[in-house]
Parts: sequence; C-alpha cells; structure tokens
Amino acid sequence: MTRDEVILAVKDIIQTIAPDEDLSNLDLGVRLRDQIELDSMDFLDIVMELRKLYGVQVPEEDYKHLATLDGCADYLTPLLAGKELHCASKA
Amino acid sequence: MTTTLSSRGLPRVVITGVGLTSPNGNSLPEYRRNLLAGVSGVRPYSIRYFGPTLAGVCEFDVLRHQSKKEARRGTRAGAIAVWCANEALKDAGIDPAQRDRSRLGVFIGTTEHGNVETENEVHNVSQYGYDLRYWSHHHNPRTVANNPAGEVTLNLSLTGPAYCLGGACAAGNLGLIHALQMLQLGQVDLALGGGVSESIHTFGIFASFHAQGALATHPDPTKASRPFDKHRNGIVVAEGGCLYVLERLDDARARGARIYAEVLGYHVNSDASDFVLPDSEGQNRCMRGALAHAGLDAQAIDILNTHATSTPSGDTVECRAIAQVFSDSPRVHVNNTKSFIGHAMGAAGALELAGNLPSFDDRIVHPTINVDELDPDCALRGLVLNAPREAAQVEHIMNMSFGMLGINSAVIVGRPPS
Repeated sequence: MTRDEVILAVKDIIQTIAPDEDLSNLDLGVRLRDQIELDSMDFLDIVMELRKLYGVQVPEEDYKHLATLDGCADYLTPLLAGKELHCASKA
Repeated sequence: MTTTLSSRGLPRVVITGVGLTSPNGNSLPEYRRNLLAGVSGVRPYSIRYFGPTLAGVCEFDVLRHQSKKEARRGTRAGAIAVWCANEALKDAGIDPAQRDRSRLGVFIGTTEHGNVETENEVHNVSQYGYDLRYWSHHHNPRTVANNPAGEVTLNLSLTGPAYCLGGACAAGNLGLIHALQMLQLGQVDLALGGGVSESIHTFGIFASFHAQGALATHPDPTKASRPFDKHRNGIVVAEGGCLYVLERLDDARARGARIYAEVLGYHVNSDASDFVLPDSEGQNRCMRGALAHAGLDAQAIDILNTHATSTPSGDTVECRAIAQVFSDSPRVHVNNTKSFIGHAMGAAGALELAGNLPSFDDRIVHPTINVDELDPDCALRGLVLNAPREAAQVEHIMNMSFGMLGINSAVIVGRPPS
C-alpha cells in the first residue's frame, strides 16, 4: 500500500466505525477527535480493525501516532507496505 | 395538593403511553388491528449452527431513534428498548427535554441478556483461531444486565434510575410492576416499564428448546404457535418489546393525559418445584394473589390473557389453574397472544397486555388463533377461539406471565378512571 492508500484504508475503517460522519473534508494534520465524533471505544475499534484486516498489531504505547491521518500514514505505511488495500465502506 | 390514593393508601398509577414492536406490528394501532384480523407474525427463520426454524421477527426502523453509530455499538435488545421508549413517550405526549430527567425511571424486564453478544464474540474469535486479541472491547457494555435500560438512558439523556429485571418469561410484567412501585414510593415522577427480548438472535435458545422437545414445528409457519390446540407441539421463539409510560393518576390528570388503563393489582410468586415445569398450584396462588391485591373477585375479570406457550404440558397445567380460579366466572373471556406472535420471552407479558388494552374502548376481545381442534384438557369456559368476540363489558383485564425456575406473575388493569 502506498501512503495515499494507507490514508484511504484508515478512512475506510473510520467510516465503518462512525457511519454517521462525513469524512470528505478531513484535514490530514488535525486530530481526528477534533474533527469528528470519536471516543476511546471508537479508537479501540480502529486498532481492532487494523488487526483484523491487515494483521497489524498496534501496541498501546503507539496509539498516540494514530491521532491524525498524517500520523496514521507515517506510522502505518511501513507496516502496510506489502499489504493489499481492503475497502468496505468506499470512504 | 391531595394525592388520589388507592384502597391500600398508595398513589393510584395509570398507563398513559404505549411503545412497542411486535412481529405483527410496530405501534399499538397496527398491532391491535392485526390481532383482530388474525394476522400472524411468525415466519421461516434461520440462525447459525441451528439452521432453518421458525420465529417471530420484528421489522422496525432502528434509525428512526438511533444514529447508525449507536445502533452499531449497542445491542438488538438495546435497539428494541430505545424504539419502545421513544414511541411510548411520543404516544404519551411527553418530551423528556421538558421534564426533570432525573425523575424519569426506566425498568425493563428481560428473560436473559448477553447470550446473543457472547455467542457473536465466540463466533468472531473462532474466525481468528480463538485468539482473544480479537475479542471485542464492546463485549462487556453489551452484555451487562442493565444494557437495554442503559441504552435508553444514553439515547434520551435520562439520569434517573434505570435497570433491568431478570424474570425469565414473567419479566415483562415485572418491568411494569416495578415501575408502578417506584411511582408509588415517590422515587420517580414518570416511569417507562415493560419488557424486551432479542432472544431470536441466540442459537442457544432454539437449540435448548429443541433439546427439551419444546420447539414448535408446522408446515405453515403462521400456524406453528397454537396454544390449546390438541396437536400443539411447542414454542415459537419471538423477539419484541413493549414499554409503557406510567404516571401517578394525579399527574396524568393534571396534564390532561389520555389514560389507557389503571394498574389495580399484581402478584409475583414462585413454585419452588422444578427448573422448567410449571405448577398449576403456584399459578393458582399467583392469580388469587393478584385478585386480592386489586380487591377484586375472579368474577370481576372480563379478559384473562393467558401465558400459554403452545407446549403440550404447559398449556394443560395453566388451564387447570385457570379452571380452578375462574370456574364461577361467567363474565371472563380467555385469550392468548402468543398464537399470533410466538413467545416474545421477556417482552411477552408487556406485549400481551398491550394487545388487550384497546378492549376498554371497543369491548372486542382478540382471539387465540390456530385452534383447529381444541384440546379437551384446555376447554376452558370463556375461551375466545379463532375469531374476535364482543364482550358485554370490559372493566378489568388480567395478564399472566410465567417463567422458568417457577416464577409466576399476574397483573390486573382496570378501565381508565372517569
């Protein structure tokens, strides 16, 4: 997956977890929780979906890297380099 | 202000709103129309591991009162409860935003809770080699016993007491009874009480009834639930819910509320005789206890809504108890709602009472359907079979709900006070 595809993958997961939210205008550099309604349980859902869809284990001490979409891309792109994109929600 | 008290010196409590979802209707008018028209809500159904069977399935618009996220995070029982709570408040003409939300209580009867969610999680981890890192963090909030009531408080921002009452298949009555008690104790000023069931989503309940030889079969799904029929062969499991808005009579009158009925009496007791088999002696004591609590004789009951689940032994036991209590009651009409919708478990008591409340207005008694050949052991006086019947008067209705481990409950409601 490329960096852009990683962002698409994360947005796709978020769309599944927060289906009422409009993700079309998310700012990559702003905290996700400041842009859409996401709580700690949702955040755990993101981690769980990354595990289920891509086999990526994100340790708790690394959760801070997933605060923004840019942060997600920075952290996950190396981990997802050899993975195929799975999109469920077409975010 | 003087409080209007019952003969027991307690505030009188009335039903002023009804919210429900049943396999044959999503509002009281629709449900009642189908009960009078003989419309069943039972259909073919399939569930993992168990395979094809029959069930009473509800189709209500979950997203009318919940966001997609709420529905995703919550449970089916929670969604049913949220639907019923919102519809009941709307029916009662009450906007919670205009009330003291700390004085509104939610009391919901459930047969069981957590089986569905636990089965789902076990199935989920089975897809990942039973690796518990894939077990959802949602499991605990979904399976706690107060989940359905708690989801209602979250949805409506209610801050009063809210919890569930586990009472097997008597639970729907327990929710109503406890709501009444909390109003009489002054703990709340408004209460939502009744029961919900998500039971059709657990394969375990089907498998267990099947293992017990108590799951109904019939080539025509709509005829599978047939209490009192000589050839009945078991239960049809159903989902559903019904919550009532209850208020003290004075409060209801002060706001000019429409009143469906007054709750006059109730009784809950235990057989203490068997894990699953009912006991007519305990049922007899329960009915007599409710009559005594209401200050009524059996002759005063116009409609007796039975619990009968369509099992060969259960219906016979119940009919024996009814015959003992109501043998001298020429006024009584005996009916059964499970013949239409199946057994809605924790919702059964509340749903089954609701279907009879309009009889105070129209004096029509809905029947027990699917009785092609009446079992002689169930040939009670006053049975209303296969077609509605007009009663000369409807002043009092008794609703009975019984459950496993020998719990019995009976509720008596009266015509709205003039």
